[in-house]
Amino acid sequence: MEKHQIITETEIETKRLAENLAQLLKPGDVITLEGDLGAGKTTFTKGLANGLGIKRTVSSPTFTIVKEYEGELPLYHMDVYRLEGSEEDIGFDEYFNGSGITVVEWAHFIEDYLPEERLNVNIEYKDEHSRVLTFEPIGRHFNSIVRELIG
Amino acid sequence: MGEFSMTKETYILGIETSCDETAVAIVKNGSEIVTNVVASQIESHKRFGGVVPEIASRHHVEQITMVLEEAFELSKLSWDDIDAIAVTEGPGLVGALLIGVNAAKALAFAKQKPLIGVHHIAGHIYANRLEQEFQFPLLALIVSGGHTELVLMKEHGHYEVIGETRDDAAGEAYDKVARMLHLPYPGGPHIDRLAAEGNVTIDFPRAWLEEGSFDFSFSGLKSSVINTIHNAKQRGEVLEDKDIAASFQSSVVDVLTTKTVKAALNHNVKQVIVAGGVAANKGLRNELVNKFADLDIPLVIPPLKLCTDNAAMIAAAGTISYHQGKRSGLDLNANPSLILK
Repeated sequence: MEKHQIITETEIETKRLAENLAQLLKPGDVITLEGDLGAGKTTFTKGLANGLGIKRTVSSPTFTIVKEYEGELPLYHMDVYRLEGSEEDIGFDEYFNGSGITVVEWAHFIEDYLPEERLNVNIEYKDEHSRVLTFEPIGRHFNSIVRELIG
Repeated sequence: MGEFSMTKETYILGIETSCDETAVAIVKNGSEIVTNVVASQIESHKRFGGVVPEIASRHHVEQITMVLEEAFELSKLSWDDIDAIAVTEGPGLVGALLIGVNAAKALAFAKQKPLIGVHHIAGHIYANRLEQEFQFPLLALIVSGGHTELVLMKEHGHYEVIGETRDDAAGEAYDKVARMLHLPYPGGPHIDRLAAEGNVTIDFPRAWLEEGSFDFSFSGLKSSVINTIHNAKQRGEVLEDKDIAASFQSSVVDVLTTKTVKAALNHNVKQVIVAGGVAANKGLRNELVNKFADLDIPLVIPPLKLCTDNAAMIAAAGTISYHQGKRSGLDLNANPSLILK
């Protein structure tokens, strides 16, 4: 599968990249986010929310598993870390086939529920502020999005 | 309202299913618990090993009827005694919230009782009124796995969020640092215990944010803990987990208590109350007690069983709405991102 890498030097750059990505998304799109604690998964999502015109503070969804925000498109922000090994289905289909954008942090814990076509994003720690972002699009729609985003 | 209704007792049935717990309670006059049943505490569940997170709505569906029956059985009350049904309408997990909301709507319709939607955080605040009467204006510090907020109340039923977290909730920061230290979930109590054994040897950052802001941020602290552990490992140094825990806790407690004190003085409050699961943290409790003892502002910290999610707090908050004439229609819907106001 095709992978595209990009290095961001600052938190603001990471947010801006996500903001640009938001402009290219359509209802029902699913983005998975992987990366260690503190890599910047929630930071990336904050940028995405900005791009979707969401005014409310996007805070971490770890405890509640899902947080929903209203914007030009609704944003469903999930952190499924707490579902590790539980085989819980909290109604994923309704989110993934819904009218909004779904972002799933620690998505590998719900591998079986994820839609086939999606955009996998991995955020890797380079140094204190710098990150390596790897985009792995699955399906034609996400391929063209990543090509347009990274050019 | 005539004199007769002034002297009549008010019994409100509360239902809470916003996250992990399926809970039903009956509260008298907004301040006295008649019954407070939480599914994970029911005897028949203990053989399954106690608390399992009830995040799936399926679990709530299985339990709601049983919990409801248990609440009535223990209360010795009947439906005739109940004045209204209060239910958590948000925020929380939509699938979980829907079970409570739909159960409440069905009961309100079948039993012809008024229906009252309650904000989960208003519930956490009103858990304190089950212990002590409110004095206004009051300041509430809500600290839990999902929330870190400062709420100003000038009268019953009116809430002004004057500060909130911009990233991780305090409880989440605890859980994430616990993950780094390979402690089990939820990590808060483990960090609290370790912190008591360790020393503050690392100067972790404190996010004060802009001058005069009562908002919080714990994401930078989390990153700093991660970097510190990472860098020490690369240099071959060994950091004691208990010292990391003590240093981390010291930063969290310092920010939480300092901002709460500033907000209390700034708004001239007559009472400060603490709510949410992290209110059980000994380091936080001790420091709050110390700081407010010097200021002559009464501080209320509820017992642990009222800090965690329960339905008595929903019934207590619902009682105020009931007396203020606030009612929800049968079109009440679960709102996962409900705003407190």
